[in-house]
Amino acid sequence: MRYLAPAFRFMLLFTVLTGIIYPLVVTGLCQWWFPRQADGSLVRAKGRVVGSSLLGQTFTGAAYFHPRPSAAGNGYDPVASGGSNFSATNPALLSRVQTAVARFRRNNPAFRGPIPADLLTASGSGLDPDISPAAAYAQAPRVAQARGLPLASVRQLIGQMIQPRQLGFLGEPRVEVLRLNLALAHLARAPASRPSTITTDPR
Amino acid sequence: MTFNGVAQIVVYFLIVLVLAKPVGIFLSRVFNGHRTFLHPPLRRLEALCYRLGGVDPEQEQRWTQYAVSLLAFSAASFLFVYAIQRLQGFLPLNPQHFGAKQVSPDLAFNTAISFVTNTNWQAYAGETTFSYFVQMAALTVQNFVSAAAGVAMSVALIRGFARRESKTIGNFWADLTRATVYVFLPLSLLGALFLCSQGVIQTLRPNLPVRTLQGATQMIPGGPVASQEAIKEAGTNGGGFFNANSAHPFENPTPLTDYVEMLFIFVIPAGLTYMFGREVGDTRQGWALFAAMSVMFLAGAFFCYHFEQRGNPLLARMGIATQATAGQPGGNMEGKEVRFGIADSALFATVTTDASCGAVNSMHDSFTPLGGLVPLVNLLTGEVIFGGVGAGLKGMLLFAILAVFIAGLMVGRTPEYVGKKIEQKEVKLAMVALIAAAASILVFSALSSVLRFPAQKYWNPPGPTSANVANPGPHGLSEILYAYASATGNNGSAFAGLNADTPWYNLTLGLAMFIGRFIFLLPLLGIAGSLAAKKRLAVTSGTLPTHGPLFVGLLIGTVILVAALTFFPALSLGPIAEHYLLFSRHALTAVKP
Repeated sequence: MRYLAPAFRFMLLFTVLTGIIYPLVVTGLCQWWFPRQADGSLVRAKGRVVGSSLLGQTFTGAAYFHPRPSAAGNGYDPVASGGSNFSATNPALLSRVQTAVARFRRNNPAFRGPIPADLLTASGSGLDPDISPAAAYAQAPRVAQARGLPLASVRQLIGQMIQPRQLGFLGEPRVEVLRLNLALAHLARAPASRPSTITTDPR
Repeated sequence: MTFNGVAQIVVYFLIVLVLAKPVGIFLSRVFNGHRTFLHPPLRRLEALCYRLGGVDPEQEQRWTQYAVSLLAFSAASFLFVYAIQRLQGFLPLNPQHFGAKQVSPDLAFNTAISFVTNTNWQAYAGETTFSYFVQMAALTVQNFVSAAAGVAMSVALIRGFARRESKTIGNFWADLTRATVYVFLPLSLLGALFLCSQGVIQTLRPNLPVRTLQGATQMIPGGPVASQEAIKEAGTNGGGFFNANSAHPFENPTPLTDYVEMLFIFVIPAGLTYMFGREVGDTRQGWALFAAMSVMFLAGAFFCYHFEQRGNPLLARMGIATQATAGQPGGNMEGKEVRFGIADSALFATVTTDASCGAVNSMHDSFTPLGGLVPLVNLLTGEVIFGGVGAGLKGMLLFAILAVFIAGLMVGRTPEYVGKKIEQKEVKLAMVALIAAAASILVFSALSSVLRFPAQKYWNPPGPTSANVANPGPHGLSEILYAYASATGNNGSAFAGLNADTPWYNLTLGLAMFIGRFIFLLPLLGIAGSLAAKKRLAVTSGTLPTHGPLFVGLLIGTVILVAALTFFPALSLGPIAEHYLLFSRHALTAVKP
């Protein structure tokens, strides 16, 4: 009893201090100073929220840049985050990649050489909002053709959208797929070139 | 390996090196009750804690009293966390309307032990299991106090080495309060604000449904994430708000947050090595420990980076790039995020398992066999490389005791360490701790490899316990071994393919966590008590110097020797066998180019 009484008192005390006061103070300050980030870095287009700049989403049509494969739920489900957890020798991984390679080659006949490492591998979160610059360039001819745009202007757009390494040396250069696809709509202002075949692939 | 990748690892290490001394001095002043720059704003809060807790911080405790206080506090914590989880349906801040249905008794037991022992193993997916109230009032609290209790134990052990002819090793309640009030609260507050500025969410709104550009519905999650994320790293807890942990963009949105999260993991453990040297009156002793840890840290980081960058030969054969170029990271990107690439992911995996953190920014299960060997070996050596807040220093001091014991046997002298004679009692207690940990890992892994429960029954619905693995072949064994190593080491990271949310795994992993925390650490408090009572010996020409390269080498050798003798057979059946399988001609020819 000599030890249990202070144990329960301290437990209650720290629950209030670190479990209620601390998170609520942080919530208040974050909502005050960084409201956009605290709420999920939401992206608006055409007057409505279309997603978060930090969360990838599924794109399947030929006229869109595609994200990486996702193991989160049925693909890019932010409340079922996670990776494939396939080991390097797992036949399920090998057949998934083999199928994806075949499809990629079929859909992007203009692309030659090794496929960028990130494009056909699933991310750890299943929500990776980015692809590598090489993975974006690899898809440029297909997207340009599907939208009836000059390849040069699509490639130029990708160049503008590349986020370099942070502070010059941290992480990897990357392109955010949602913003890239949104910017594409501005590039393709003429209504005639709007993509007509957008399908939701059930993976 | 790319120049840029190497630079990220080296700069990271240099920052830790620079921070070790100032942080060590700060910690040393806090736990001696001296004034620091944080005392003006926080002294009253500290005093208030003692008043409400009803304890006298000046009252010194013997090691047994210290240990009982710790156990009582852990028991109270366990009951709180268990009850709050099971009662979440009746508690506020529950916009997703979760109830007891999401948390079975065995899962609640596992999670309660997990957070109380600073393991933060997660047999659940946060976003579909727990209300915001559980995340805050049960889990965030344990992120603070289980870490504070870990630091307290390390401080007590340091006092054991530093004090002479003393019956006591400090006051648990004072150490617990000081660690929380002066170290973890301010650090977490700053960290949470920084993380939020970079994009980590901090909101109490429910999940927000949006229509995506392609017309599908996507739920944008909400939650008090930043406040939990900061202490998750600083307290080397590692329990993510989301299932994907620090790979989830809402927990770790940019390469800079990734770097800062890694620094948060190492900064206090590195500072503790300096504090140790300062307290025993010879800072070189602390730097010697720091040096041994650094050598093993850098070796692990570069080994892991090398094999991850080399990539998967089977995918290369299908036409996937493995060479890094200016436009893409190359290497093994399965389970990794583009913003982090290979180097940051390998570094994070090494850091999180060197320390007993267990946060992950990539899926260790999908690492190449030898890339994944690094985090596994880090766990098996007891996370002595900087270690969790306190746990690493404790483990390393235990190996230091063994190292001087072995050296003493070789030259036929009674071993000494920092002026304290190491005798039968200390070596026996050290062996109890080591054997308990090794037995927990190996016995449970062996059982889970062979036990066969009836399918669809209570203990393990999939049937045989080996059916819970996600990957065939040697990797399945690696998953089981990793789980018990992680639980026993109070780490919490996983080869996450393993389906561990069944009563068998929840209970045995819970036991492993209990053994790792209490059966491993109580002998250490015993050592602290025994050492504190001893005289300090004068340094003579016969004393083995424990601050030079010779001792650093001896210490590293001891760590490797113990780990190799204990775990090499298991490792060769798991990751090493898998490596040869991956690079075999048979595997390669099975893949069509």
